[in-house]
Amino acid sequence: MPNWLLTDLCLLYILQEHEVEKMFTLKGGRLPAADVKNIIFFVRPRLELMDIIAENVISEDKMHSPRDFHMLFVPRRSMLCEQRLKEQGVLGSFINIDEYILDLIPYDGDLLSMESEGAFRECYLESDQTSLYHTAKGLMTLQALYGTIPQIFGKGECARHVANMMLRMKREFAGSQTQILPVFDSLLLLDRNVDLLTPLATQLTYEGLIDEVYGITNGYVKLPPEKFSAQKKQGEAGKDLPTEPKKMQLNSAEELYAEIRDKNFNGVGAALSKKAKIISAAFEERHSAKTVGEIKQFVSQLPHMQAARSSLANHTSIAELIKDITTSEAFFDNLTVEQEFMTGVDTDKVNTYIEDCIAQKDPLIKILRLVCMQSVCNNGLKQKLLDYYKREILQTYGYEHMLTLNNLEKTGLLKPQTSTRNNYPTIRKTLKLWMEDANEQNPNDISYVYSGYAPLSIRLTQVLARPGWRSIEEVLKMLPGPHFEERQQLPAGLHKKRQQGENRTTLVFFLGGVTYAEIAALRFLSQMEDGGTEYIIATTKLINGTSWIKSLMDRPEAQAS
Amino acid sequence: MAFITANWNPLGEAFYRKIELYEMGWSLRDGLKECLVAAAPYGGPIALLRQPQRPSSSARPQLEIYSSSGANMASFPWKSGPVRQLGWTVCDDLLCIQEDGTVLIYDLFGAFKRHFSMGNEVVQNQVLEAKVFHSPYGTGVAIVTGASRFTLATNIDDLKLRRLPEVPGLQGAPSCWVVLTQDRQTKVLLANGVDLYILDNTSCTPVVRQTQTTYSLLCLIILALSPLTVCVFQTPPGLSPQACSIVNMAVSFSYKYLALFTDSGHLWMGSANLKDKLSEVDTKVRTPPKQMVWCRRPKSQQPSVVIMWDRLLLVAGECTDTIQYTLDEESVCVAELDGVRIIGGSRHELLQEVPSACQDIFKIASMAPGALLLEAHKEYEKSSQKADEYLREIKEQSVLGEAVRQCVEAAGYEHEPETQKTLLRAASFGKCFLSNYPPEPFVSMCRDLKVLNSVREYTVGIPLTHTQYKQMTVQVLIDRLVYRKLYPLAIEICRYLKTPEYQGVSRVLKHWACCKVQQKEEPDESIAHAVSVKLGEAAGISYSEIAARAYECGRTELAIKLLEFEPRSGEQVPLLLKMKRSQLALSKAIESGDTDLVYTVVTYLKNEMNRGDFFMTLRNQPVALSLYRQFCKHQEQDTLKDLFNQDDDHQELGNFYVKASYKEKKLEARLSLLQSAVDEYNKAKNEFAAKATEEEMKLLRFQRRLDEEKGEALLGLSLQETLHALLTSNFHKQAEQLYRDFRVPDKRYWWLKLTALAEKDDWEEMEKFAKSKKSPIGYLPFVEVCVKQHNKYEAKKYVSKVTPEQKVKAHLAIGDLEGAAEAAIERRSEGEISTVLSRCSPTTDRALLERLNRARSTAAKK
Repeated sequence: MPNWLLTDLCLLYILQEHEVEKMFTLKGGRLPAADVKNIIFFVRPRLELMDIIAENVISEDKMHSPRDFHMLFVPRRSMLCEQRLKEQGVLGSFINIDEYILDLIPYDGDLLSMESEGAFRECYLESDQTSLYHTAKGLMTLQALYGTIPQIFGKGECARHVANMMLRMKREFAGSQTQILPVFDSLLLLDRNVDLLTPLATQLTYEGLIDEVYGITNGYVKLPPEKFSAQKKQGEAGKDLPTEPKKMQLNSAEELYAEIRDKNFNGVGAALSKKAKIISAAFEERHSAKTVGEIKQFVSQLPHMQAARSSLANHTSIAELIKDITTSEAFFDNLTVEQEFMTGVDTDKVNTYIEDCIAQKDPLIKILRLVCMQSVCNNGLKQKLLDYYKREILQTYGYEHMLTLNNLEKTGLLKPQTSTRNNYPTIRKTLKLWMEDANEQNPNDISYVYSGYAPLSIRLTQVLARPGWRSIEEVLKMLPGPHFEERQQLPAGLHKKRQQGENRTTLVFFLGGVTYAEIAALRFLSQMEDGGTEYIIATTKLINGTSWIKSLMDRPEAQAS
Repeated sequence: MAFITANWNPLGEAFYRKIELYEMGWSLRDGLKECLVAAAPYGGPIALLRQPQRPSSSARPQLEIYSSSGANMASFPWKSGPVRQLGWTVCDDLLCIQEDGTVLIYDLFGAFKRHFSMGNEVVQNQVLEAKVFHSPYGTGVAIVTGASRFTLATNIDDLKLRRLPEVPGLQGAPSCWVVLTQDRQTKVLLANGVDLYILDNTSCTPVVRQTQTTYSLLCLIILALSPLTVCVFQTPPGLSPQACSIVNMAVSFSYKYLALFTDSGHLWMGSANLKDKLSEVDTKVRTPPKQMVWCRRPKSQQPSVVIMWDRLLLVAGECTDTIQYTLDEESVCVAELDGVRIIGGSRHELLQEVPSACQDIFKIASMAPGALLLEAHKEYEKSSQKADEYLREIKEQSVLGEAVRQCVEAAGYEHEPETQKTLLRAASFGKCFLSNYPPEPFVSMCRDLKVLNSVREYTVGIPLTHTQYKQMTVQVLIDRLVYRKLYPLAIEICRYLKTPEYQGVSRVLKHWACCKVQQKEEPDESIAHAVSVKLGEAAGISYSEIAARAYECGRTELAIKLLEFEPRSGEQVPLLLKMKRSQLALSKAIESGDTDLVYTVVTYLKNEMNRGDFFMTLRNQPVALSLYRQFCKHQEQDTLKDLFNQDDDHQELGNFYVKASYKEKKLEARLSLLQSAVDEYNKAKNEFAAKATEEEMKLLRFQRRLDEEKGEALLGLSLQETLHALLTSNFHKQAEQLYRDFRVPDKRYWWLKLTALAEKDDWEEMEKFAKSKKSPIGYLPFVEVCVKQHNKYEAKKYVSKVTPEQKVKAHLAIGDLEGAAEAAIERRSEGEISTVLSRCSPTTDRALLERLNRARSTAAKK
């Protein structure tokens, strides 16, 4: 019974089925003791990890009973890593070295993610296109399972690169394609740097806010326990307040969550109270149950009702936690500034709110999000303004952040204005990025996810479906990178015969990450009655403004503090 | 059809038949005498090692390879050491196991491929006996040495030698042994006189036998797999304890069954785990047999074993009777999945249990549906009305479907094309009277038989049965044809069966091309041309494999030509590197998009080239360059610097020095690195970065001075933190100096000072500060900061100074509802009134509430 060492992945279920005794996360030093014969390392092919593993193996050899080591790289073997192990003198200790090809991990019924945090940084900052290669490979696997995707659209340099690789791989494996009726009608590849604005804005959907405030990792969120303690039975309450954060899984398997996750937060309260009424009405039914048969039926529904009730209680608590934050002045002020930027108010001047926040030494990432947003909405900042912000940041947070600022400039999140022309307003108007009267309760447009701002990436997706990109050629030219359309030949006989009223299915792949609010907007489009298109979402990583900016920060190891 | 049953022999409930497959095409003067013979299963090739006719020191044995029909494929004198055993791998390669433990591998045409050794120990002790076996892992070799030790290799393509534990009391070779594959483990079962042992990786477990009662009940206790499970089984009487040493054993094709032959002439059959007994037969022959093999088919009616002696062949099953055949020549038995092939000097025969479908149809006076249908069809051909009678009889029992099925199935078991046709015609005839009979079984049987008949053809010589063919799959059959270089037939079959191109035709063509490039006499040009013409656009062809083969044959130019046809750039890389075409390899690797491949080439280049050339090469390939930079960032900082230097990338060099400065502990070194950064930034014309870095140095020096003078711990703090620390420690003068030197904006400085003063409750100083000049941040922050420090009293002092726009906020901050209301009403702002209202509680003065509400409605009307 092997022992598995995991990083990054939750494969718990599969592994337990295979009689895996214990699992540990990778750590330096000696391996934890366990009475097992085999140890399997499950790792991303990253050089730093190899050093840790080498340390594990070396300290292991000194112990008495020899154990067998195996290594599985996820998603692909790497020559460099193996070489590194060789340099460390431990390569020979591994009986098997293989790869576990896991490119796209299903996160929900309509969501796939590669969970490679570094993807955006590698692609846009370091010109390392490894993750794009994995993306192309993953899409090839997807096509092998669900049929060739007849149309590929894309916007951006990376999208072009991925599409090229896909077409090349397709040629390389000519003849081996499977005879499967295509599930997807089209694929849309979108570079994150086509829409740098959206992730910077604060997400205002329920799920988006949970992510903004507490951070969702691998479908789980950790919440402060206080709010959840009261749910215990009356007698126990107050006795022992839990100190461990409460860990909750969030996905659409939970009926209530599926219903409210994509709502604007302002609509969540109403939905919750409606649900509460339904549940208590259901519980009331027990009084009307007279016959044994009726009681039996009631009892058979009990587990489901109880689950629904505890789910309701949980989400009411979460909503309360979040409401405390959304009603705070700081949140309101921040949102106001964001919305000013997005509507183009005073984007070319020093913003006093940002100034004040720096003066009060608010978290650096918050400042960076705002400054970058101003820069993006103004198509770059005047050199003087940019230098002013940068200087403020360096003086307040330390000069070491110069490297981070440099990274942000390289990726285009922060840039000096080169041309006098700011084309953001044109883009905003053409694509209707700002909707004055966003309806948060009963939305009729995707702009509800940011209470007014319609994510650029999703607008592009929406326009592509109808009336097509030809109508926005001008705007597309203003956005970075090429846009393109490719067709893939389907084997004869596999052309889909569409039924009347049957929806098209489009796979939207966000290269460099996607936010929960964008996902919510796409789901909203899927559900629109006259939409005609259903969307499946794939990405290199689920992100929010904070995690995204964090991935671009450089932290010198010896940072003084 | 009586003649069909002419060669049937009954054994218990079942029948056995012996069919002649071929009259052998070889001409062997002495038959198989004095020959070491190995014949591969699934109708595979036969290898003979013939001892020289006149034994002399100079004469060498002759190694010959034949097809199953006796057509010669290779023949050459054996020049290596004495051979103990011959065997075939699953890929039709010949294994020659020598006395010294060396195993030589030859292909079907006698070309030497490679060799390996069964361990150093063997060289001294010599191989006594060897066996070649097949398992899900591939082909394996097992040997027993002169030191009575067993060594196993479960897969010769992934050689891992395992020396098995010692067997107690064993001298020389055991009386008999077999290799078993059970529970994903390979074991050896061996008999040494009366003792049975199971040998696995770690232990040698004796199979304990005990005698009981006067009947001499033989009781075997097995301590198998784990010490926890103890199984007991008994063998019935007949084996006297004194004389029941086991002289031969055989394991079935599927490793499920085991047969043991004792020196008393008894045959025991049971499961291979020794748990169940199937039957026991007294053969009444006490001579140890020459060979013993299982004769079983899937869904057999009874277990049966074929035992061969010099002149006798015997089939034993469940009953006490046996079938006996006289052998008129030296023969060899080959176990198959569904029978036994008997190869002799002049004939090649198949002995098998008659499948039940054939029995039903052909057994004399059979009334099975299939038999009736066959009869009906025969009458129909004769235009006799009896056909109708037979048909009616079948239809009355509503077994017509069953009848058709039987005929189709039986056709698959018959070797004679005429019999196959008769049965299929009957089936087709019966089908006409059925409305919903699915056509697939009939059609696919016709196809299968066409393929089978063509490979059974004398010239091809692969006598596959239908059962074997299904087990082996078309893919493997195609492979076997390819190994025999029967390319046209293989392609015909692929096309006929409509095998997908990349599995079928393309694969065959690739093998053809690999063979073609080895033709030394033809020039490169014409071979490349011939290959490209024939392979053309065939899907899924791996040109790189073909090219690799050409390169192996020393034809580099041809290999390069062929590689150009390869559509998968990634596949070209390893070979290009091998051929030292590294530049080309690099661009192909980049083209493939596989970054790991790019790294492979880059690492290779780095070791091959001098540094200058290496850098130049990278410079022309930006993708490779940026990947290499990534690598250096983690592994080789100095190289990274050189790279930036080479490109005159001063910005990155600046960043490099900045980064390095943070790793430096000593301040002087840190400052000098920062100075280098400043220089680079200046060269890069990045004024801002240069200035910021200079500022940083200035700050560091300042901090050091103050740390030394005043004993503060400021080093490493940001400017803001430094100022804060100074202000809280009452170093106002120094703070002022920093504020001026670093041109800190007033606003920020005010905030900073304000918070610092509040934190140390220096309200007096704060008041002075507020009055020092007009606050650039207004006075609301003063109120808020005081409130934050829980000092409402101080906060109140500043409320009056707050601008009208912020009055409401200020009043609310100190909890003065009335003041807030006053201010809001005065400003007639609906929003502000609402804010105040939202703060009201049930205890609020009613009059105030009313005034607010009234004011709100007036403001709203406006």
